[in-house]
Amino acid sequence: MLQAERTQTAVHPDSSVTLHQLAHARAGDKGERLNVALFAYDPDHYATLLEQVTEERVLALFAHRGASRVRRYPLPNLAGMNFVIDDVLQGGVNGALNLDGHGKTLSFLLLSMEVNSS
Amino acid sequence: MSFLLGSGAGFSGDRTDAAVAVVAELIKRQQPSALVFETLGERTLAAAHRAMRDDPESGFEPLLDELLAPVLRDCLDHDIKILGNFGAANPGGACQVIAELSTQLGRPDVRIAQVHGDDIRQQLHSLDLQRWEAERLDMPGDDALISANVYLGAKALSEALAMQADVVVTGRVADPALFLAPLMHHFDWRWDDWDRLACGMMAGHLAECGAQVSGGYFADPGFKDVPGLATVGYPIIEVEQDGSLIISKPANTGGCVTEQTVKEQLLYEVHDPANYLTPDVTVDLSHAEVRQLSPNRVAVTGIRGKPAPERLKTTVCYEGGWQGEAEISYAGPNALARAQLAAQVLRERLIFRAPAELRTRLDIIGLASVFDSDSGELQRSASASASGDYRLRLAAEHSERRWVARATQELLALYCAGPAGGGGVRRQFQRRVFTASYLVKRSDVNAHASLFESSPLGERRSERYVAS
Repeated sequence: MLQAERTQTAVHPDSSVTLHQLAHARAGDKGERLNVALFAYDPDHYATLLEQVTEERVLALFAHRGASRVRRYPLPNLAGMNFVIDDVLQGGVNGALNLDGHGKTLSFLLLSMEVNSS
Repeated sequence: MSFLLGSGAGFSGDRTDAAVAVVAELIKRQQPSALVFETLGERTLAAAHRAMRDDPESGFEPLLDELLAPVLRDCLDHDIKILGNFGAANPGGACQVIAELSTQLGRPDVRIAQVHGDDIRQQLHSLDLQRWEAERLDMPGDDALISANVYLGAKALSEALAMQADVVVTGRVADPALFLAPLMHHFDWRWDDWDRLACGMMAGHLAECGAQVSGGYFADPGFKDVPGLATVGYPIIEVEQDGSLIISKPANTGGCVTEQTVKEQLLYEVHDPANYLTPDVTVDLSHAEVRQLSPNRVAVTGIRGKPAPERLKTTVCYEGGWQGEAEISYAGPNALARAQLAAQVLRERLIFRAPAELRTRLDIIGLASVFDSDSGELQRSASASASGDYRLRLAAEHSERRWVARATQELLALYCAGPAGGGGVRRQFQRRVFTASYLVKRSDVNAHASLFESSPLGERRSERYVAS
């Protein structure tokens, strides 16, 4: 009944869930620029994502990595949005000392964001 | 009738048995088709140029033989065109290997074409270059330069197919152009038919990373389950004359093609979805829609195109000094404190054992690593069990090899002189490559194709034909 419980949690007005419960994502890199595409599992949650997963909140989530700018491109036909995050890769695939110079794992950093589901 | 585009590999290091099921499906469907191998990342090309300095007969995809041997004869026998950027820094060398392999397989009559013009290293400093918008690095001097390659479009590849090539070998081209070229050749689309070009380019974009559109790089157990990931089927894209696309995969393979897998790959490495720049067309994805037609078949519609950008992207690789890594594990009671003490000991040692400009980073894998910053902000605030299984990782970089060797040696020395119970040290270091991206004028790039003449075999003297 895990699925049912999850759905119940998701419709409670004051409930806080991780974005991972509502959406899936994939990250890609080019130079020092990361993109993370985020899609609602259920198109009904697209409005929640638009309202809460803002450029400001994403910038704050990646601030410790040196993010300098976030742009969000909404894609209503796909119930999703593309985030382009600058200067977050600490040197990128060729320059970073990080284990993951591509930033491929960072899709799940975005999915760890807390959202209020309504 | 649709044209079928199969993917045989999505990066250098991809599964070398993936193409077998794709080719079997292409043969079964009895339609005009092509098989594409995309094996050339930014760093792969720099590594290939370095390899060629030591051995002039290397410099192409090291697994070329292993990738092609299981499928080459079937493709030649069934007129399935093969295109690959497996030529890397030495497309001629790759052509030679393919010619020899074809002869071994009983098809010495193979026609192999090579694409030229991506390597602009010799004229780099005389060109009118613009810095790419996300680029911060300055152009390196000649002594540090390893390679400079333009991302070519599909035209020269399409010309190679017009020469009736069975196999087209390239160095650097825009990855999806490998897929667009056979469509241009087959459907005879105009080079300013922007909507169709955009559809063809996105067919390539969706397929160029192999299984990433068909269930690979997607599974998240309990949330996004994928059946049979160990035998995931690589994609086959069905393209119609009007540019419409359907993503599918071979029968009897694992993985899945769903609206979700296709959406994730549609935006992969895309920035502004209304202006996705490729050498042949600017793609607008802002009206794109995906629709599941039946199990493992998804249609993508609404892709639009705009004129191609004025300039072509060029990636320059140059020497970036040395980078090294070393790791040691701590497990069981109080392991976290022992790993943290080991990190502290290393920090103290490196202050007086290495020069101040040595750049280092310390991760405690199990506590915080890939999400963390170089300064270890998350590591200081993260909470984790005192007992567990932790691995201290040091990464270091310097222009001189000896200081990277010294830093990693200091981690090794934790075996006898560090905290209790450390084990499993691994240590490695290598030359590092920097890359920088620029934009060149189209008129400065001379992309063209020629049929390969395999010299040592000697029996077949194909005409040398060069088109520009």
